[in-house]
Amino acid sequence: MSKAKKLSRRKFLVRGGLGTVGVLALGTYVFRNPIRRSILKMVETLPPSYMGSGTEANLWFELTQENKVIFHSPKVEMGQGSFTSFAQMIADEMDVRLDQIEVVGAATKTGIVDVLSTGGSLSVGSLWQPLRELAATMREMLKIEAAKKLSVEVSSLTTNDGVISNGLKTITYAEVAYGITEWNIPDTPELKPLSSYKFIGKPVKRIDLASKVFGDPIFGLDAEMPEMLHAAIIRPSKIGATFNSADTSKAAQMPGVVKVVQIDDWVAVVAESYAQALAAKRTIKVEWNILKEWTEKEMREMLRVGKGRLMITQKEGDAIDEEDDELVSMIFTSPIGAHAQIEPNGALADYNNGDITVVLSTQVPGKTQEFVADALGVDKDKVNIIPAYLGGGFGRRLNTNHAIQTVQLSKAVGKPVKYIFTRKEEFQNDLFRPPTHHIMKGKLGSDGLIDSLEHHYASGDVAIGAIILPGLLNDVLGTDIGAMRGGNIMYDKIPNHRAEQWHTTLPFATSWWRSLGLLANTFAVESFIDELALKAGKNPVELRLAQISKEGNQKRIYDVIQLAAEKGNYNDTPMNGRAMGFAASTDSNSPAAHVVEVSIENNQIKVHKVICAFDCGFVVNPDQVRAQCEGAIIMGMSASMFEKMTIEDGELTPTIYGPYDMALMKHAPKTIDVHFIQGADIPLPVGEPPMGPIGAAVANAVRRLTGKRLTDLPLKL
Amino acid sequence: MKIEFTINGVLQSVEIEDSNTPLLWVVRDVLNLKGTKFGCGKAACGACTLHVDDEAVRSCSYAVKFAEGKQITTIEGLGSPQDPHPVQQAWIEEVVPQCGYCQPGFMMATAALLNKKPNPSDEDIDNNIVNVCRCATYYRMRKAIHRAAELTQETNLKTQENV
Repeated sequence: MSKAKKLSRRKFLVRGGLGTVGVLALGTYVFRNPIRRSILKMVETLPPSYMGSGTEANLWFELTQENKVIFHSPKVEMGQGSFTSFAQMIADEMDVRLDQIEVVGAATKTGIVDVLSTGGSLSVGSLWQPLRELAATMREMLKIEAAKKLSVEVSSLTTNDGVISNGLKTITYAEVAYGITEWNIPDTPELKPLSSYKFIGKPVKRIDLASKVFGDPIFGLDAEMPEMLHAAIIRPSKIGATFNSADTSKAAQMPGVVKVVQIDDWVAVVAESYAQALAAKRTIKVEWNILKEWTEKEMREMLRVGKGRLMITQKEGDAIDEEDDELVSMIFTSPIGAHAQIEPNGALADYNNGDITVVLSTQVPGKTQEFVADALGVDKDKVNIIPAYLGGGFGRRLNTNHAIQTVQLSKAVGKPVKYIFTRKEEFQNDLFRPPTHHIMKGKLGSDGLIDSLEHHYASGDVAIGAIILPGLLNDVLGTDIGAMRGGNIMYDKIPNHRAEQWHTTLPFATSWWRSLGLLANTFAVESFIDELALKAGKNPVELRLAQISKEGNQKRIYDVIQLAAEKGNYNDTPMNGRAMGFAASTDSNSPAAHVVEVSIENNQIKVHKVICAFDCGFVVNPDQVRAQCEGAIIMGMSASMFEKMTIEDGELTPTIYGPYDMALMKHAPKTIDVHFIQGADIPLPVGEPPMGPIGAAVANAVRRLTGKRLTDLPLKL
Repeated sequence: MKIEFTINGVLQSVEIEDSNTPLLWVVRDVLNLKGTKFGCGKAACGACTLHVDDEAVRSCSYAVKFAEGKQITTIEGLGSPQDPHPVQQAWIEEVVPQCGYCQPGFMMATAALLNKKPNPSDEDIDNNIVNVCRCATYYRMRKAIHRAAELTQETNLKTQENV
């Protein structure tokens, strides 16, 4: 266990968090001092997304003998680059170099994990204030002790690159920490002005770059334990199938098989190698109870505006009169979407006399700890969930309850067990992006501006039913706040506008998928606005700008629309076989707008260029925010132009890449330019918002080029 | 049965019960080289790409018996932080990876492409680099592939000067 090794005796640990700051020097707890009020207040006022709990051992930082800082991150790294941003914050406030910082995902037994999740594009924003304050506090703690060791005044000391100096004498942080058993915790120091930061706000390279370029074993599936065995679990293919019985007689005789395990309503093979486990699994015949063979058509009939539970999520002015001659109405749909992250789910678990260790790729180490403890009937503090680097998250790993099964298998065989989903299991047991159905209604006024706009949409579960928000949403709010993302109308100057959500729980699991409802909702709303602009004979950018206020937060949306149009030289007339498309959205308080340029080649839509304007507030790492925009744009193209799961013979299909058509290198635009506006002085969400406008922007370009309005995702000519 | 091959310059002999076992699992679980990734098991995503005699091979669907007597290179053998392969150097310069999981497969596919086409056109890249990246890092990847081609040519020129 490489991560456990880091907690060796010869390291100095500063412990912080809600309720206590204590110090662990050379492997021994010395005291747990009540935290100073300032830090306590800071923790209490964290944004709601950050939910570190004070009951567990709270390890934030280690300082090693080599004068390096190890930060145990409450948030996991799944590609979004937040570990790098955390390192930037620590480096600037603690006065160390980036190469003196290592960031690891906090394990539940020793660190602070966000008890909700890593998600919602909130990692950097939620730790922006507390992490800098903790780093600054540690710097001052080290200075206080350095002053004693050097017999000088604290005020005479300066810090740089992990070294404390009064100009004559110097001492490293590690030298200061050595042997210290009692620390004075000062009041939280003033943070440095933004302008003085050397790392924050700069395009520094990802700190995990070398690991990821040289193939280091950092991912969940790379974990190893001595005497580890390998497992394959049988999962049903048909929607709604439940276990009846299994004939496992052949499997037990297969080479390498250690045990065929049947627990409650599932069957697994544990073998010496994964290939052997898979081979044995293929010999098992399971009888499933299948009450009903679902069809795509039935599912689509369940999921439409007018069916399920209605919640009005926005209501300004009057509803459109259905009899109005001027009423324009269009229907839009989006399909079931798979996460298709390249690292399959899985876990490595060790059950050892009630002590449980699980290494896995998860966005919910805290919840996984709770569920494993409950399922195995042990105390939570007996369960150590060690989050590895994720080979993609995208919301899929907001439920990693397969950890429970892996622990049960380890308990059954008395050895550590690694379980890996096959790709087919991954595709058929996904918690999918729900399909959607939208009815847009609108009416132009006599001035040619939009007078009324309504978005009626039906979605399966996103937030409702999710393990990270149990019960609350369903019972209290009624609205699915995930399906709602991007569903409301942001054009506040449209006199009459409303949004109505119809919620239906589908017969297969649907849940979080990067940007949630934003992708489909924005596709419907922004496509329809383009259509209304055509009807009004207006430039679609000018129409949008005319219908949004220039005050308050609306101004931020106004500004990105204007900037994208300007930087993209938006023109609504096709030229030389190419047309431009425009769309905008705002999500989690981060507005984005895209101008795209498309042509049709071999009867396929070809996207040449995407110009993006984005306001995500203060940008901690411009290079990585750009990377997130580029990725969100192409992943959004993939979901909007290619991807689609369907139901055939009662099964979700396809079950492999290729047939599950996705954007590849050849589909990536040759130009993606990202322009920032800093409309707020704190970091706001980054990872999801730029995905919003892309589907509509492409569809709008196709409409202007071909005259054809595409109303269904994925976009096909 | 016993199968012998050279991997990252080291002669290895592995004892394997089923010679149809995919090379991927031998590399990952017997030889403990975890840089080569499992993605789909059907040669559809390319995460498991490595080189067999300088050819890019999707090792999840390549029986280990076919590796007998061959030269295998994985991401761990492509280059090192001290001596990066031009592809790895380019990947660092362009800061390509996000989650990073598929990247070894892409770098191995790119290195094999550059062996055949030292200066690939965009069309060559489109036709040959057909792995799947879910973070969709393709935009930077294309830049990195062109940069890797430049770096390779610079290296070759230097080598020629030294000769």
